[in-house]
Amino acid sequence: MRQTDVAVVGGGPAGLSAAIVASKLGARVTLIDDNERLGGQLVKQTHKFFGSKRHYCGTRGMDIAVILEQELRALPCAVLPGTSVVGLYGGRVLALASRERFTKLEFKCLIVATGAAENNLLFENNDLPGVYGAGAVQTLMNVYGVRPGTRVLMVGSGNIGLIVSYQLIQAGIEVAAVVEALPRIGGYHVHAAKLARLGVPILTSHTLIRAIGKEEVEGAVICSVDKNFKPIRRTARRLKVDTICLAVGLTPLSELLWQTGCKMVYVPELGGHVAWHNENMQTSLCNIYLAGDVSGIEEASTAMLEGRVAGAHAAAQVLGPSLEASQVITDSKAELCAIRKGPFGDKAACGKAKLAECAPLPA
Amino acid sequence: MPERTSRPRNKGQRTKDKVLGRRIDRHPILAFEDRDPVSFSFEGRTMTGRQGETIAAALAANGVRLFRHAEKTGRPRGFFCAVGKCASCLMVVDGRPNTMVCMEPLREGAKVERQTGRGKLP
Repeated sequence: MRQTDVAVVGGGPAGLSAAIVASKLGARVTLIDDNERLGGQLVKQTHKFFGSKRHYCGTRGMDIAVILEQELRALPCAVLPGTSVVGLYGGRVLALASRERFTKLEFKCLIVATGAAENNLLFENNDLPGVYGAGAVQTLMNVYGVRPGTRVLMVGSGNIGLIVSYQLIQAGIEVAAVVEALPRIGGYHVHAAKLARLGVPILTSHTLIRAIGKEEVEGAVICSVDKNFKPIRRTARRLKVDTICLAVGLTPLSELLWQTGCKMVYVPELGGHVAWHNENMQTSLCNIYLAGDVSGIEEASTAMLEGRVAGAHAAAQVLGPSLEASQVITDSKAELCAIRKGPFGDKAACGKAKLAECAPLPA
Repeated sequence: MPERTSRPRNKGQRTKDKVLGRRIDRHPILAFEDRDPVSFSFEGRTMTGRQGETIAAALAANGVRLFRHAEKTGRPRGFFCAVGKCASCLMVVDGRPNTMVCMEPLREGAKVERQTGRGKLP
């Protein structure tokens, strides 16, 4: 059976960062990802990142994926692309499935960086072909160069909804409107302003109540909502669209963590059920770590920092404490703290604070 | 309810009369270099996709959105997440049912069919 010090599940920004740090510190690392290509959802992010230089500000997500992958490939880290983790045995062995075969991998520490899945929304005909997640639309147009439709209704005005709307227009697709149930726009003003300048209506206090179509989306019915988010039916109107794009949040992909038996907690601010974790990204089981969206929905910059913390801590657990590992942990924690003090960081900060209140009792 | 006309709508966007293909040929940021064509069949019809893309992307580029019919309700389904998480895009590929086509690379000569319900094992 193949053996490793640190197994990292997921090759997105969190997993790549964790693998890079742990490998640099001298641990034997194995990175597993179900895609053929590393980078996770960074590969479809054509927009430039914000923040400081250290967080790749001014660099496009897809370029960050390449930078991280090159950094990792230069290290003696085993990479298993096109491989899914399909089981966990005895808390020490992962079952892996690739197209060709099943294998096993014994680890000392596990870092789960599986990311998140897109949420659907409750409305009539929400299962019609042509109702797509915002990430799906991004994948289709930015990775494969295929237009998902000709005229799109975007649901949700958070940063994802706003950015993807702009990217749709860049791909030559019309955005009929962005609807947002809250009375205000959810994402950054700068993204909303770009859309407003192009004449895209951003309809706050509005919701989607029905998709029209028999075999695929041919239109949508939207209406305004009152302050309790109840649809005001008399305001309903039809939009002629062939695609409905949902940008209504994400849910952590916690299946593997559930299976480890670590303590799980429900924290709405973090996107649902997450594995309880401390500041070192350690779960209630001392050799199981997590990083990125699976630990609470945030963004790629925080995912990379969480990955660094988890990678350094796991390496120190296997190899013994070192000055270098402590330095990475201290620096990354400070940067995480700074980002979460920003205008859009309170939600995650509040969620993470809730975790501190429900710390498991020492065994 | 009538459309509001107080300000011009979608003024910076391309107008409808310019009919665009499903493949993005011009883009301000991305360059999609010419990839080799890959021939495959969908429900007996011959279609062309591109090297390096998934079956789901090739179908979308050919205007196919209906991938299967749900088991209990018979309702039409297409892909939803496109990254292998939601299982909405299961199809029969080369006779193998429940193939997640948003993750499955397109191969020359692949036989792709819509799936009904759980599908039948070959």
